[in-house]
Amino acid sequence: MRNWFKGGEPWIWMTGGAVALSLLAVYGVVWMTAAQGLGHWWPKPLVETTITAPDGSSQRVVGELRDSEEISLHRLRESGYTIDSKDKYTSRYLFKQGNRDVYGIDFKWIPAPLLSEFKYPKDVISIERHEWGSFFGYLKSVKENRKVVAEGAAAWAEVQKRLLRSNELFDEILSIEKHDIGKVNYQLERLRLKQRKLELKGDLTEAVQAEIDEERAIYDAQFAKLKSRLDALRAENQRDSLTAEVQDGKVIEIPFAKIADVIQPNDMSVIQKVGYYLTKFYEFIVDDPREANTEGGIFPAIFGTVMMVLLMAAMVTPLGIMAAVYMREYAKQGPLIRVLRISVNNLAGVPSIVYGVFGLGFFVYFLGGNIDALFFPEAHPAPVFGSPGILWSSLTLALLTLPVVIVATEEGLSRVPRSIREGSLALGATKAETLWRTVLPIASPAMMTGLILAVARAAGEVAPLMLVGVVKLAPSLPLDLNFPFLHLERKFMHLGFHIYDVGFQSPNVEAARPLVYATSLLLVIIIIVLNMFAIRLRNRLRETMRGLEGV
Amino acid sequence: MNAVTTPTHAMKMGDLTRKDVEHTDEVAMRVENLDLYYGESHALKRVNMTIPRNRVTAIIGPSGCGKSTLLRCFNRMNDLVDACRVEGKILLDGKNVYDPDVNVALLRRRVGMVFQKPNPFPKTIYENVAYGLRIIGVNDKKVLDETVEKSLRGAALWDEVKDRLSESGLSLSGGQQQRLVIARAVALEPEVLLLDEPASALDPISTAKLEELINELKDKYTIVIVTHNMQQAARISDFTAFMYLGELIEFGKTDTLFIKPGQKQTEDYITGRFG
Repeated sequence: MRNWFKGGEPWIWMTGGAVALSLLAVYGVVWMTAAQGLGHWWPKPLVETTITAPDGSSQRVVGELRDSEEISLHRLRESGYTIDSKDKYTSRYLFKQGNRDVYGIDFKWIPAPLLSEFKYPKDVISIERHEWGSFFGYLKSVKENRKVVAEGAAAWAEVQKRLLRSNELFDEILSIEKHDIGKVNYQLERLRLKQRKLELKGDLTEAVQAEIDEERAIYDAQFAKLKSRLDALRAENQRDSLTAEVQDGKVIEIPFAKIADVIQPNDMSVIQKVGYYLTKFYEFIVDDPREANTEGGIFPAIFGTVMMVLLMAAMVTPLGIMAAVYMREYAKQGPLIRVLRISVNNLAGVPSIVYGVFGLGFFVYFLGGNIDALFFPEAHPAPVFGSPGILWSSLTLALLTLPVVIVATEEGLSRVPRSIREGSLALGATKAETLWRTVLPIASPAMMTGLILAVARAAGEVAPLMLVGVVKLAPSLPLDLNFPFLHLERKFMHLGFHIYDVGFQSPNVEAARPLVYATSLLLVIIIIVLNMFAIRLRNRLRETMRGLEGV
Repeated sequence: MNAVTTPTHAMKMGDLTRKDVEHTDEVAMRVENLDLYYGESHALKRVNMTIPRNRVTAIIGPSGCGKSTLLRCFNRMNDLVDACRVEGKILLDGKNVYDPDVNVALLRRRVGMVFQKPNPFPKTIYENVAYGLRIIGVNDKKVLDETVEKSLRGAALWDEVKDRLSESGLSLSGGQQQRLVIARAVALEPEVLLLDEPASALDPISTAKLEELINELKDKYTIVIVTHNMQQAARISDFTAFMYLGELIEFGKTDTLFIKPGQKQTEDYITGRFG
């Protein structure tokens, strides 16, 4: 035994075990988020069964089986169920019964002994609605202008046909609302600001006023035209509706305008299911969120995250590299620079929320407030840069990640061999030329390392962003087709905050849970992709340094 | 300004412009009463010597005798050492290179240097040779191409690398790298070439090639070489300086110095009694 210890064997096992544990943790995270999140869009079978009420009568239940757990009968009895059984434990099922508009709640735990046999009727339909979540029921009829056009078995084909038409109308409406009207509104706002600016300066002559009015009249006319077109489309979309019977026999009428998708999950082949899954997954990535973020996609959050990180990188890289170059190449290596270096390292240890507070106080209120007062008096009292936005968010995160970039760059600079610097100087290069042409290129892989670490940290940071720019729902992206295209003052959505919001601030936590995992997975994937990109770049740079000692 | 075809002295050299009076002189550089201190330690003591033009001058001596330090004074590479202080003069065409108005970058273009270990930049072979020219603002492709070829030929490397100019300088062997570094220095057409134990990291075959090259180079350049290897000094140099503990003990024609050394210490060193 002693020899076993002396031989170093335990160390090998211990260190190896540490590696295994780390690997397990990494894959565990990815696997769990993937397993929990990716199943969300797979069409689940709809169960039909009956529940025995306390008075002995039975009610029909239709829904998705979401979960089951063991529970003691004692607890069930305490919560009011009368169950006739001698067992101590039984199971209970979590049903998603949908139809939030009818029953008020989506999800319901039901003890197993109260349920009859599970059936999977083929004709039960699941409707994904633009509002109120899912609807489960039995299709009765399809109506056009309140007149029944198809009933019973024929209704299903009619539904699919009319759904196609309705979805096209819906897309057109959405496009007009989002783009065309958004553009007109943007221009009208621009005009208002222009007028106000001239007013403040006292330059608002009648001629200019007339010009502005004229322009405004054009946009007003455009708006009126779009509005009437929109009204027409909406009216058009109200034409068709369907009726369906819910679990307790009530018949509900749903206009097609409110339907996003209809499926018969119990009557789908695997291929159909795969197709449906892929469509839904695609929609998740490219669509805007709906219903307090619990439905629809997360595109704005993906866009916001990536853009914020890129802006952050664009700001932190030059700043960090310049600071590191000064500290390593120019400053006299004395006690002062040592204190500075320690401070920089400690800056990395400041909790991120503190940066958020600083960002809010300094960037948003002080800097932003002054910018508004100086350059945007016409917008007063509405803030432009004086309120949280993507610019301040990326600046705050740039500060947060600055130490990482500085430390990594300094490390890289210190590893550039002295012989290379001397070689360059001996050829008549000045210090600056040596730095620019030789030292910095050699240190560039180290700079990339700093950037990689910075990106990884910034992309996952949420706390400071809540103070300086992230919102639950941003009406428009920080990059669009309205001049000047890049709107750095706008608020934005972020995957990290989205996870928090969907998971813990949402009115329908149970429905949102898989989305939390899916969004987490996406966040992880985005960080991995950003990192991979940077790592590839670094490896390419390193390739050119191959053979150089110490780099 | 065409830096390549015009000789270096035609370049604007500020105060270092070569004076035609000196040009005919057989002396390329002159060291006068040179003292050098690293902080408290006195590394070079009252060194006086001349470097003859278009000759190979070897500096020999045991480790730590200050021969490399002396060499690095010629192009002021010692400036990079913080605690280094120099007194006395080193004259290049009658101008003290340690005068405060001397542009060090210009000096180093006139007095090139090759180091102990080959130190090519992590750039292509072509860019390594063109480095010095790009620094002085030559970007004309034709001029660069010509100079690169001429310099690589001058360093006896052209035939080996002419088909792989765009490969990294680091991909060459040690001996080739050292010749590349020489080509890099030669591209600027310096007057003096300082070689700091250039063969110490090379195998015998590469060393032989290098010595052959040095022999060719002396037609055009004044060469100062520091070496550990006395046979090498005897083989390739015209003049030899023997240094010991920071002092220049003896300086003279190589033949004389090796056959009939004037000083006891020189004789002891040459015959291997110490060092």
